[in-house]
Amino acid sequence: MANLKTSEKKSKAQSMGLHTEVLTGKTQQKFFNPDEAENFYYFGTYDVDFNKRTEIDVKNMDCREANKKIDELMKDGYGTIVIKNPQGKHSLGVGILNKLNLIFEGSLGYFGCGSMDGPIVRINGRVGWSCAENMMAGKVVIEKNAGSCFGAAIRGGDLICKGSVGARTGIDQKGGTIIIGGDAGAFTGFMMQRGRIIILGDVGINLGDSMYDGTIFVGGKIGSFGSDAVEAELTDSDQDWLKRKLKVAEIGENFDVSKMTKVVAGKKLWNYDALEPTEKKGAI
Amino acid sequence: MCGIAGLIHRGNTSNVGFELQGMLQALKHRGEDSTGYALYGKTDGQNFIMRFKVGENVAEGSSSVKEDVSVYDERKKIVDSYLSELGAKVIKEDRILPYSLRYEIQYDKDLMEFSQKIESVVGVEILSMGKSLEVIKDLGNAEVVCNRYNLDKVVGTHAIGHARMATESGVDIKSAHPFWGYPFSDVSVVHNGQLTNYWNNRRVLENKGMRFMSECDSELIAVYLAEKMRNGATLEEGMKESLVGLDGVFTYFVATKDSLGMAKDTMAAKPLVLYESDDLVAMGSEEIAIRSILPQEIETYDPFDGEVKVWQI
Repeated sequence: MANLKTSEKKSKAQSMGLHTEVLTGKTQQKFFNPDEAENFYYFGTYDVDFNKRTEIDVKNMDCREANKKIDELMKDGYGTIVIKNPQGKHSLGVGILNKLNLIFEGSLGYFGCGSMDGPIVRINGRVGWSCAENMMAGKVVIEKNAGSCFGAAIRGGDLICKGSVGARTGIDQKGGTIIIGGDAGAFTGFMMQRGRIIILGDVGINLGDSMYDGTIFVGGKIGSFGSDAVEAELTDSDQDWLKRKLKVAEIGENFDVSKMTKVVAGKKLWNYDALEPTEKKGAI
Repeated sequence: MCGIAGLIHRGNTSNVGFELQGMLQALKHRGEDSTGYALYGKTDGQNFIMRFKVGENVAEGSSSVKEDVSVYDERKKIVDSYLSELGAKVIKEDRILPYSLRYEIQYDKDLMEFSQKIESVVGVEILSMGKSLEVIKDLGNAEVVCNRYNLDKVVGTHAIGHARMATESGVDIKSAHPFWGYPFSDVSVVHNGQLTNYWNNRRVLENKGMRFMSECDSELIAVYLAEKMRNGATLEEGMKESLVGLDGVFTYFVATKDSLGMAKDTMAAKPLVLYESDDLVAMGSEEIAIRSILPQEIETYDPFDGEVKVWQI
């Protein structure tokens, strides 16, 4: 953990009393000189042109070859890439930290589009377990169904499945929005910490089990509430947000959001706000 | 982590040996300590086919003790004499490997008594007994086992199989899946997961006269279902009861001579992807298994927690 010490010269924010420490230690180490910013290179980012489009057939490639090919095409400035014949292969489209229109003409296996930060992805098929796990930003739209652990630990972005999803959707979710057009399985929102989940259909047992924070909206029947998940009042502001989000997601645009159930953490098990003093949040 | 796969052709037959080999080979990254096939072939339904072993594969990676082939010969002789005593007539005999045999038998009496007698020979285990079922299991991945037993030409209606990463018991044939639903002919089971009340259930079932051949927790499912059916439950009823009676995480398939079923535990902790059409159902731990036989774009889904499904041929 970084050391805390009192700053000698106060910034405006410090003068206002917002924080009084500066952080030192390994996590604060500077890895490049700001005076040489032109030489700074953020790994995995390229200047791409969305109008520059290409297709690749990955039928006879393994996931490493396919992902490397996507990286090479981005490096060459392609901003729209169509992947043909993914045929359920695992780990396709992972670790992309760039603007990109990525289109999969078929289905993905496990961990598709994991750890990505920025792309807009459309999958014209189904996805297996842990789609978009750890996504930081961007948008992923799946036209068919998805497996379990959909959107596990995402931190941001929009993850949309037009069909139904398996169990533990949004497990450990830390931000972003997950939207499900169909039904969702058991333990949806398990241990979620931030962010929102919208399910237009029914949801299985133990919804929101052990959730720390965040919000889940359900349009259909709820199998059962999980430990410490409680129903909350659906406000006008919630409804406005839901309508806007469903419209942007091109899913359930005419859905009657006023009949949705809102589920939040009862905060009897965990309460971030009570556990974490402000200065500790700053250090994290 | 293990991989399971299964398929059923409804109203038709196909080269199920070849198809299942492709599905299981696609799952070999989930485990290749051993691979097993339960194939439901096209037969005239007159005679029983008994697949049995008189010893273990002691090749590299095996956890079995090496035995001389002459021991296998001795065991085979005793089995042959017992068959004669039981009134079973051997129509055809194939010794595929020194330790693995296939007999076609005419027999019309109690299968439990039959099995108990044959398996009283030390080192002998009936892998399957049925009029269309044949269980073939051995060490190695799907391709290795398929080639070793020439399975790619087997024509039938349905099949289930298992690619095993040994975690709960040894690397040997007796712990490999599928498990025969002793003493019922033509019943087989494959499982992916861990059962946490194995010993409690095993003690209860053994006290009821059921037999266990391994210490593999997955064998419990076959014995559990067999005991339910022995008491009059249908396959589907037994499977539904198993969701409560079996504790742990599991997805399993069970097949009979004319049906194929799947069950998923109430936590849905183990994966399963399913494709269903009017003439074919194919399912596996990963979509990539289904893609090995259906490369075109298809509609697949994950069954939900606590789901049980059964399809007829």
